[in-house]
Amino acid sequence: MTNPLIEVKNLKKYFSTSSGMLHAVDDISFSIDKGKTLGMVGESGCGKSTTGRALLRLLEPTGGEIYFEGQDLAHLNKKEMRKMRKELQIIFQDPFASLNPRKTVSQTILEPMVIHNMYASNKERQEKVLEIMEIVGLAERLVNVYPHELDGGRRQRIGIARALALEPKFIVCDEPVSALDVSIQAQILNLLKELQDRMGLTYLFITHDLSVVNHFSDDIAVMYLGKIVEISSADDMFLKPMHPYTQALLSAIPVPDIHYKSERILLKGEITSPIEPPKACRFANRCAYAMDVCTKNEPKLVQLEPGHWVACFLHSDEIEE
Amino acid sequence: MNMKRKSPRKKGPIFEVARRLAKNKSAMIGLAIVILLIVVAVTAPLFYSYDEQIIKQNIGNRLQSPNAENLLGTDALGRDLLGRIIYGSRISLYVGFTTVAFAFVVGGTLGALGGYFGGIVDNIIMRFMDIFLAIPGTLFAITIAAALGSNIRNLILALAISSVPGFARILRSSVITVREVEYIEASRAIGASDARIILNHVIPNALAPVIVHTTLNVATIILTIAGLSFLGLGISAPTPEWGAMLSDGRTYLKTHFYMSLFPGVAIIMTILSLNLLGDGLRDALDPRLK
Repeated sequence: MTNPLIEVKNLKKYFSTSSGMLHAVDDISFSIDKGKTLGMVGESGCGKSTTGRALLRLLEPTGGEIYFEGQDLAHLNKKEMRKMRKELQIIFQDPFASLNPRKTVSQTILEPMVIHNMYASNKERQEKVLEIMEIVGLAERLVNVYPHELDGGRRQRIGIARALALEPKFIVCDEPVSALDVSIQAQILNLLKELQDRMGLTYLFITHDLSVVNHFSDDIAVMYLGKIVEISSADDMFLKPMHPYTQALLSAIPVPDIHYKSERILLKGEITSPIEPPKACRFANRCAYAMDVCTKNEPKLVQLEPGHWVACFLHSDEIEE
Repeated sequence: MNMKRKSPRKKGPIFEVARRLAKNKSAMIGLAIVILLIVVAVTAPLFYSYDEQIIKQNIGNRLQSPNAENLLGTDALGRDLLGRIIYGSRISLYVGFTTVAFAFVVGGTLGALGGYFGGIVDNIIMRFMDIFLAIPGTLFAITIAAALGSNIRNLILALAISSVPGFARILRSSVITVREVEYIEASRAIGASDARIILNHVIPNALAPVIVHTTLNVATIILTIAGLSFLGLGISAPTPEWGAMLSDGRTYLKTHFYMSLFPGVAIIMTILSLNLLGDGLRDALDPRLK
């Protein structure tokens, strides 16, 4: 952790609802080194996508700081942020919703370059479009095709090409493969990996699929109801998961071995409401090891081993104030 | 193998819509009549002199039944009915399209801004629209005509103003739907400005319902104009206007029924064709029917 490209400090995103403030992302901090991937896992509604969007200020954060190369994104004005978007891109989950149906492939890839006035002439930009299409594995003949004529995998490649058009340093991958067929998932993942090696990209990789994140990430952060409950290197996370929630998640990964007897940890109970959550461990009412203290105080994310942080009273008594 | 193959021909969503529209028989009949009307209206001066044949009275030739000289007969002042109906289409189409164009631009802009920005902007715009919506269009036109005089410009203004809220509401609701789609978020992520997002991404995708409304609204406006003129509150003599001609024929209904019949038929055909086209467009633009 010498020179993080992205450093998030106490990021918060609340939504106001009729029954109170919904704490979608509640005071989380993490950092990603240049050229690395942080995998962010958690179940639906835990705030992982919101984190990605708040990070890029597609949603305005309620609080906290986001440092990109030392500059705080959270406090840039609208105009400065628009310029900054060149460096920070996002790949969306649903390749059917994330492409304008009235724009051809080349129009979609061209637009970011036009907005940021890249390259001297339109001709140069057109050439660049073809170059990017080749990089992401789109045949040149598809240049004037509309998205509805293409399958999910190709559409996702267009989405990736659009993000790459700006030559960003950091990309939020918001479940980029979960809407795709399994056979295509691997292709897209390999493409993303290849692009990272080639261009030195830094990823925040959001997913609910742990088997995907294992192959892809250097570090993993596990989110539960707007909080990071555990964060460590990917290897550590799989070898020594410490938080009961992480253990339950990991036990749910299917193992392709007929003789393997899995000890599946089944979570019981309902998810705590994210609206005005009480000061307690948010996982307590589903946790098999819940103690008295868990319902009375909120555990603090503490470093138990080098690079391995956990927020659980089983491992530390420290209380989040 | 096919290295030389050119990229496939552009087949955008508009092409799809046109193809589906072409399959709809009644819509194509509507479209054909609308095009015929426009052609006739535009070329009318080639066949008739406005001053000599349409306006000028020729009492010696009054109340002729349809004959070789006057295909649809003449009116009480001896003017050729066919010529007057043809010139009437110029008035109706002109008023119909200008009114709707005005309402489309103003209402569409207001609706798009309200829908895109939401919040207080939306609230202010839509409350104003609600106020206008509370005034019946015909009544408003009568009031304007009474206050400022009944000429074409005032009529267009009055009808356009009362059509604005309809357009604003329709575009607003479809903009709200489109605004939430991920490709709008994607545009913001690549640094597009609000103006660019609205013009390039939101409006083209939100326009379908408005196109249908536009077509149907032209029909409504033409009908309103005819109605007002029939009552003597719209376009006044000697301008050939269908509603006014219908009204003129009333006196002679027992002896010369065709004087009212033909303008009536013209009104019906126009409204019907526009409505057929509008319904066809609605079906063609509905993505669920793909």
